[in-house]
Amino acid sequence: MAESQTSGSDRVELCEQTEWLVLVRDQRSKAAFGKLYDHFSPRLKGMLIRSGMSGAAAEDVVQDVMLTIWRKAHLYDEGRARASAWIYRIARNRQIDVIRRKPRPVPDEMIAEAESREARDADAMLGLEQEAVQLREAIKALPKSQREIIESAYVGELTQAEIREATGLALGTIKSRIRLALEKLRHDLRDLREE
Amino acid sequence: MRQITHHLPDWLIRSYAAGSLEHAFSLVVASHVSQCDECRARLEAEETAGGVILEQLEQTEVTGDLRTRVFEQLDVAEPITTPDPAPSGIYPGALVAEMGSQTPRWRSLGNGIKQAILSADKRGSARLLYIPAGKAVPDHTHGGLELTLVLQGSFSDETGTFGVGDVEVAEDDLDHTPMAGPGEACICLAATDAPLRFHGLIPRLLQPIFRI
Repeated sequence: MAESQTSGSDRVELCEQTEWLVLVRDQRSKAAFGKLYDHFSPRLKGMLIRSGMSGAAAEDVVQDVMLTIWRKAHLYDEGRARASAWIYRIARNRQIDVIRRKPRPVPDEMIAEAESREARDADAMLGLEQEAVQLREAIKALPKSQREIIESAYVGELTQAEIREATGLALGTIKSRIRLALEKLRHDLRDLREE
Repeated sequence: MRQITHHLPDWLIRSYAAGSLEHAFSLVVASHVSQCDECRARLEAEETAGGVILEQLEQTEVTGDLRTRVFEQLDVAEPITTPDPAPSGIYPGALVAEMGSQTPRWRSLGNGIKQAILSADKRGSARLLYIPAGKAVPDHTHGGLELTLVLQGSFSDETGTFGVGDVEVAEDDLDHTPMAGPGEACICLAATDAPLRFHGLIPRLLQPIFRI
């Protein structure tokens, strides 16, 4: 668990996982890649098992995900996604490709994305990090039963019908702090795109 | 581009992000997000939340030699993979991939209406519909949920008007008669998790034949 930033502190830094991924992208650092592997592979495996895969199948996906991180690092943009969000998406794409034996439908990439990376405002990136930390703290502060529902939704244990129901209850009305954190994130992600 | 006014509900974006959404609906989400910056930001926010949860998960032991195997492959030339299909005209890349071609293989349903089935199984179906300007799709109700995303033109029904990029979310209790707007044929992507039921004898008889 990264503790490079603490909630309540005025100074927010990019989380260390994001820094590792930037090192992999910019310097092809195997040491940084090793840190990403050690941090994410045991958690990815757990997530994949919780969403219904066997241990062996989960490890195959973990291997594919880690190699995709290495090979597609040049596409990573720390201004659009934290490392964990980018890796979460890669894992879902790969998991569904494997289960369906056909590519998962994915949104078209924004063409301007790679070009805009250089020009991005560092403050906006830190804003994204800060909101993610707020989101994490809001989830941590939940009563256990609600925290478990949210975890189950994102690790893939819930069906779409169950997520729908949970969105109307735990994720919707009761947990306004989380909704607010998500809305702030959306808002800033949209602004980042328009810059 | 016109202002999109009918967006995806939160739970659909969340289910897509979590990998829990049925395939037919995933096509709609991927296509709409390709058209809509707001929903792209919403999806990215959901993925940020997913990443935050992933970071906090307990660790599950991974076989020791997996690390070695991964590292051994870092310097091996990357296998040649086909890139994600590019969008083609009004069709986002996700639909081009699903069609396996640049343009749909239309089948006539009569009255100028055409459809192209993209996928269909017992968990749901996704198809493209072509409705000539001013024509109506037969009155029908739904056994489940139906999402309709406009790719070209527009349509209106009892609940409102939908233009390019808009998604209509029709529940099983909606009994509606969508009608294409004037001027341009309406092309939309329709996804359901249950077969549609048409009113009137003839459409019902045709339903098994046309799989509509």
